[in-house]
Amino acid sequence: MSYTIEGSTGTWEIVVGLEVHAQVISNSKLFSGAATAFGAAPNSQVSFVDAAFPGMLPVINQECVAQAVRTGLGLNARINLWSRFDRKNYFYADLPAGYQISQFAHPIIGTGEIEIELADGSTRTIGVTRLHLEQDAGKSLHDQDPSRSFIDLNRAGVALMEIVSEPDIRTPEEAGAYLRKLRTILRYLGTCDGNMEEGSMRADVNVSVRHAGEEFRTRCEVKNVNSIRFVMQAIEAEAKRQVELWESGGEVRQETRLYDPGRGETRSMRSKEDAHDYRYFPDPDLPPLIIEQAWVEELRAGLPELPDAKRARLMRQYGLPAYDAGVLVAEQAIADFYETVAAGRDGRLAGNWVTGDLFAALNRTGKDIATSPVSAQALGGLLDLMADGTINGRIAKEVFEAMVETGGAAADIVEAKGLRQVTDTGAIDEAVAQVLAAHADKLAEYRAGKDKLFGFFVGQVMKAMAGKGNPALVNETLKKHLG
Amino acid sequence: MLDFSIAAAADALRARKFSARELTQAHLDAIATLNPTLNAYITVTPERAIAAADAADAALAAGTAGPLAGIPLAIKDLFCTAGVRTTAASRILGTFVPPYESTVTANLLRNGAVFLGKANLDEFAMGSSNMTSAHGPVTNPWRRAGDDAALVPGGSSGGSAAAVAGHLAMGATATDTGGSIRQPASFCGIAGIKPTYGRCSRWGIVAFASSLDQAGPVARSVEDCAILLGSMAGFDPKDSTSVDVAVPDFRAACARGVKGMRIGIPREYRPDSLPAEIAALWDQGISWLRDAGAQIVDVSLPHTRYGLATYYIVAPAEASSNLARYDGVRFGARVDGQDLIDLYERTRAAGFGDEVKRRIMIGTYVLSAGYYDAYYLRAQKVRALILRDFTEAFAKVDALLTPTAPSAAFAQGDKPTDPVRMYLNDVFTVPASMAGIPGMSVPAGLDASGLPLGLQVLGKHFDEASVFAVCAELERAAGFVAKPALRA
Amino acid sequence: MSLDAAMVRRIASLSRIRIEDAEVPRLQAELSAILGWIEQLNEVDVHGVEPLAGASAVALRARADVITDGGIAEQVLANAPDRVGEFFTVPKVVE
Ligand SMILES: [Mg+2]
Ligand SMILES: [Zn+2]
Repeated sequence: MSYTIEGSTGTWEIVVGLEVHAQVISNSKLFSGAATAFGAAPNSQVSFVDAAFPGMLPVINQECVAQAVRTGLGLNARINLWSRFDRKNYFYADLPAGYQISQFAHPIIGTGEIEIELADGSTRTIGVTRLHLEQDAGKSLHDQDPSRSFIDLNRAGVALMEIVSEPDIRTPEEAGAYLRKLRTILRYLGTCDGNMEEGSMRADVNVSVRHAGEEFRTRCEVKNVNSIRFVMQAIEAEAKRQVELWESGGEVRQETRLYDPGRGETRSMRSKEDAHDYRYFPDPDLPPLIIEQAWVEELRAGLPELPDAKRARLMRQYGLPAYDAGVLVAEQAIADFYETVAAGRDGRLAGNWVTGDLFAALNRTGKDIATSPVSAQALGGLLDLMADGTINGRIAKEVFEAMVETGGAAADIVEAKGLRQVTDTGAIDEAVAQVLAAHADKLAEYRAGKDKLFGFFVGQVMKAMAGKGNPALVNETLKKHLG
Repeated sequence: MLDFSIAAAADALRARKFSARELTQAHLDAIATLNPTLNAYITVTPERAIAAADAADAALAAGTAGPLAGIPLAIKDLFCTAGVRTTAASRILGTFVPPYESTVTANLLRNGAVFLGKANLDEFAMGSSNMTSAHGPVTNPWRRAGDDAALVPGGSSGGSAAAVAGHLAMGATATDTGGSIRQPASFCGIAGIKPTYGRCSRWGIVAFASSLDQAGPVARSVEDCAILLGSMAGFDPKDSTSVDVAVPDFRAACARGVKGMRIGIPREYRPDSLPAEIAALWDQGISWLRDAGAQIVDVSLPHTRYGLATYYIVAPAEASSNLARYDGVRFGARVDGQDLIDLYERTRAAGFGDEVKRRIMIGTYVLSAGYYDAYYLRAQKVRALILRDFTEAFAKVDALLTPTAPSAAFAQGDKPTDPVRMYLNDVFTVPASMAGIPGMSVPAGLDASGLPLGLQVLGKHFDEASVFAVCAELERAAGFVAKPALRA
Repeated sequence: MSLDAAMVRRIASLSRIRIEDAEVPRLQAELSAILGWIEQLNEVDVHGVEPLAGASAVALRARADVITDGGIAEQVLANAPDRVGEFFTVPKVVE
């Protein structure tokens, strides 16, 4: 879906690349044994290494390396068996050592790709430039005291994966789809919880604009945007600002900006503008990181089925349409729920129930798949009652609503409410006869050629039978009487 | 008692000829008398020392004593010591008291050593004269014959070397980044070894240049150094550059002799400017080793002459980053400012001395955008060539013999004002630091004015044993018995 | 290499070391002299030489992912020149 900005000098397209900082799921920090849990008391998860005390030295966490490799594999990326840590030098209150240990020249993961699905059903492949491991900084609190900022180093040293995309993104929608897909992959892999509110996934957005066919123009980096919606808004706002600037004869200056969601605009971040000379050099405390191909293969063998593969399999195995399959694999728990429902049953029907009635019910009740009032087994039971003819589709909806309310099993509700489908041909014959007698005028019209009225008669018969008539038998009986 | 070697004192303590408490008290008294003159200690910890001595006496009585039980040592004030102020001889550390013990000092404590206090040094170990300490210069216990001028002890481990030479400690920990163990050992007439990079843990030692820093001992004999290094060394999982190899019996190596060893004499260590007496002492050392059965081999280390310039890119670059943590926020001295940047700049301007500032600024420059390739990257390549030189030489020989320093100790008043001239003190020691190989200085003779001169022995990676064997042979041959003018 | 005054100020600023105007000429001279001396390295043919970052030949050793540290806020804060409760403090930072 193309996205352009019409300006006075013509049509502009936008060029976007994303740098995502994803917090690695690990018990302890990248280079120290302090804990990583969110929300602990200030400075309670800080070692002397994290606080950069004199003489302290970093020792790398094996699991953080494994998580980076798993993520690389999940992005179909090149795994660099030789990588190295560099120091990025700058002074800041939440950076205790005066440098961040990162991977500048030799990242652990090289080029990969992410396939995104768009609303019109099309797909696009967005290139991943690299993924590297680095330390998170601490947190500054600016609103606790009139003259001072407070520093909490709990997050200092927690492992981050910085995942950098190619400037392949051309619309805010693609940016949103990229982030959602990346988050899904990370969650499947169990390498990052993707929780943007708690800051465990943050995006820096590089935006530039150009006329079609032009070389790239100067880009600006909008830092630390903390929701997918804001990323999409920030791109629109920043692209608009740049078009206006170019068209008014100005020039876009490469700089770091912040997105202000309240005002819907970006603004220059002066505090980061001061010194852009990070003086990267190899960290002399850390020899090169060398990993074995055999270990990479071991990690590969332990990977879960990833969203793209799962989607293809669901389509193949259960005959699902692409769209439904895409919706179902967005979260692993949903896909698992679905597969429990679909196992040994009609996969398409199961898909309709999960993406339709179940999602609507979750939405309505403010629950999610993990706290669903109707379990996968229970929903499967409902489908079974339909398959064996105990109830028909219409009654099933009624039973489902009762299940949402009570959490009860479908069979119990059917029994209690007497909702069994009527298959007794005598009863159906009787209902048909009554309906035809009561609607002699319509019967005449039908016989005069108004075929459409058949549906009307079906409806009336079902109504007379309180919805419990077996639809096939009702049809058959009606045809016999009318024929 | 104060004249004992560590080896002899350990025997005497076990034989109950004197107690650890007596030995420690004698050293504390010596410190009280002489330290006001020498300024070898920044901090003296008498109560802790006595308590440790008493513990050693108890262990000796119980038969549970470690190899260093009751041996009084000075600890360079670059090693973090739990509960004892650690300054790195800088104002910027303020009253910093580490809550942790460095691995090397913890190893010594585990073996029963008694710490007398924290030895003076050049600020952040940056210097070759001990004139850059925020706690004042250290005075060398040696005097020129007929001359009262105060001399420098060398640096940066000048306090450690002066304390040991002046009998204010039986041995001391030291660190060597470009020569900071070997050059002061030479200036003070004692022995000192910088082991292979990775042999001693750097954990808990205030970092100067991480790819070069190594801890090692200084003591009055080669064997004492072997005893101390055996205790200090060992694999430490807390230091990613620590190497997991066994620590051999260094003391045994001292008795091995040099018969059949091939000793390389690098021709590039004999520049035209080398003083005649140093050249002569070197020749003397060569004959001693030849007489003891070693084969002398002429070798070439063509990139030696670039060692110093390489060092003065690499070490400042790493230092500029290592010292960024001294910012007045989490520990150390703070000078308030109107905003955060102002606070940083005032704190660091007041907290660092001139030499440290110079090196931070040089390091910042050589890493900065547009200069990295020309300076830092080029220096790393030259460093690779220096290592290659040694690797090629060690294919032919077992150890190398060179002078330790291009001069004897100089007067405090003659300290060169030109930083570059000062740097030349390390010309013979720096190449081994760049290559990470072990190097030891052993006192071998006196110059015309009666000051000690050292010879340096360099070995292959993790072959300190050969270095000890050669140094012990030189020590036997030299029969160095001269004593400094100022000693307890 | 001769550093101009602006470069000396820039390096000092990157190093976060305050320098007074009066110090600039001395620093300019000292730093220029050191850099000039260092430039002897330009004589060395380094063509095709792999840079050597450290003297240690070992590969990075990893530790297990277990919590072995932290829970020492009081010790971490004990040396702080200024603190409020469990926080370090700095002059207010405006972003
Ligand atoms: Mg970034
Ligand atoms: Zn980053």
